[in-house]
Amino acid sequence: MKKKGLLVLLGSLCLALVLTTLPFMTGCVPGGKKMYKVCISQIATHPDLDSNRQGIIDAMAEEGFIEGENVEFIIRNAEGDMTVAVSIADYFVSLKPDLIHTITTPMAQTAVAAAEGTTIPIIFSSVTDPVTAGLVPSWEQAAPTVTGVSDWFEMPPQVEFILQVLPDVKVLGTAYNPGEVNAQVQAQILKEVAPDYGLTIVEATAASTADVYAAGMSLVGRCDAIWIPTCNTVGGVGIESIIQVGEENQLPVFGSAVGMVETGLVGGCSCDYYWIGQQAGYIAARILKGENIANIPPMKSAVSTVVYPAAAARMGVTIPQAVIDAADIVLED
Amino acid sequence: MLDIASSVLSFSFYEGLVFGLVAIGVYLTLRVLAFPDLTVDGSYTLGGATTAVLIVHGVHPVPATVAAIGAGLCAGLTTGFLNTKLRLPALLAGILMMVGLYSINLRIMGGANVSLLRQVTTFHKVAEVLRFSPGDIKVSIIVAIAIAVVVFFILNWFLRTEIGLALRATGDNEQMVRGLGVDTDKNILMGCAISNGLVGLAGAVVAQGQRFADVGMGIGMIVMGLASVIIGEALFRPRGVARLLLTAIGGAFCYRLFITIALRLGMAPGDLKLITAVLVVIALAVPFIRKKLRHEWMPPAVRW
Repeated sequence: MKKKGLLVLLGSLCLALVLTTLPFMTGCVPGGKKMYKVCISQIATHPDLDSNRQGIIDAMAEEGFIEGENVEFIIRNAEGDMTVAVSIADYFVSLKPDLIHTITTPMAQTAVAAAEGTTIPIIFSSVTDPVTAGLVPSWEQAAPTVTGVSDWFEMPPQVEFILQVLPDVKVLGTAYNPGEVNAQVQAQILKEVAPDYGLTIVEATAASTADVYAAGMSLVGRCDAIWIPTCNTVGGVGIESIIQVGEENQLPVFGSAVGMVETGLVGGCSCDYYWIGQQAGYIAARILKGENIANIPPMKSAVSTVVYPAAAARMGVTIPQAVIDAADIVLED
Repeated sequence: MLDIASSVLSFSFYEGLVFGLVAIGVYLTLRVLAFPDLTVDGSYTLGGATTAVLIVHGVHPVPATVAAIGAGLCAGLTTGFLNTKLRLPALLAGILMMVGLYSINLRIMGGANVSLLRQVTTFHKVAEVLRFSPGDIKVSIIVAIAIAVVVFFILNWFLRTEIGLALRATGDNEQMVRGLGVDTDKNILMGCAISNGLVGLAGAVVAQGQRFADVGMGIGMIVMGLASVIIGEALFRPRGVARLLLTAIGGAFCYRLFITIALRLGMAPGDLKLITAVLVVIALAVPFIRKKLRHEWMPPAVRW
């Protein structure tokens, strides 16, 4: 019996080795031209993060790094599993790529840890606070092999936008997952700036998608409007529940990402994840062209104002014409 | 080609040893004590969080890692207390602890994520002594082997002592052990504590290896532990304490190897979960089918 177990183990090992090496034996003859190897890792499937990734690929193509021609993209998604995130980081480093591109905080942290001691450049995107995450020493200075684009946005424009649409808001509600760094940091800053605008903040938290509806419902009657931070749980997968709460109770909901507003919110002063991806892609191109990563400080996200008049009407809000005229993006059904 | 093979193997070997600690923990509660303990998802993160916060506050990484064992022990003791003293069903006690620990972990870390990048971890200390670069997989493997060996010898010794024997007997036949005048509650408390202490240790090592602790890092740990135990059992048929411990580590190694290979082949991690499920079903069904073919008797499935 003991021998049999060992045989199975050895057999699976052999199979493993053959299987892992096969892909590398077939795909390495691109006709003499330099083929750049670029690895992209993403924490989970999510509309914003997907457009972030597309932005990277498109921007690199603009700069002459075209998939299949002179760049090979190796894309992996951890689907929310941190142990898989670590395996992906290790795999990427073992490929000795020209560049690693990470989408979200944990992917960046695992990649930087795995690449310790190597010179592989790492470009992060969609990391809200790269300084606290330990990726870069400060907002002005990149680490020797790490820089990127944050989805950090300034809070005052967010609040000002809401007050432009609804000047009478006195209590602003927010719902987010306290287990997500991005969302938690933004909610904290919101609470800090609120007094400047005479606003009171009420919070509801949802630890998983299943709790989002309940969190939204808990805000009904306690606030005049809801603002959703860039939170994968509430702003991503669970946004439909919040929209339902808003429409049923005529409670206007504002968002902080274009993708979120598109699903059916009143509007927002939003990060555009495609834009973030593009900026990260441009940085990647500059590095592949030989620029020194240490000279490229991390970037913050630009914001654009988005309005969705039809969705606003469903939540009982008429957006002032002046705000619609001034908006960067006006969405229609 | 050898490069790739050795990188796959060495990384899975490291992961197998570290997650083997989780598997041993699950083995102790589930198989030895017959106590399905779901605290694991929480106590794993608890270990990682404790160590990360201590290291960030300037504590030497080795005592910080030991503190994680202590934190895990406390979590396990609480689960055991809920079960033995308040008479909550084992499954429920574990689930409640897992849920409660989520909030506690957020409190400990003061947020969802604590970065250990550019902090000195146990791996750095060991690398310093051995004069390796800290990112070297060899360092990770040496640390993991050292921990696994220590755990192996301690448990191998402990489970053979009188107390250890009583603990094992509690899982086999609680009534009988009680009849012999042994306090089985104490054994269950001890078993849960040791199990979660090991899981906390695994969380601490992983957090230092990946250079961060995150409140979501324990999600799915119990599934991984169970899968490792079951795959290990199907492959090695453990008899005796030493084989039992090796089975858990071997199972974890095979499981991680499988995941690593699947990832490198480009399989979608979304599908990975289904494959894990199928793998465990096969590992569980094979002994039954084999017995069926030989017309042997097979006990009905446990329902806990």
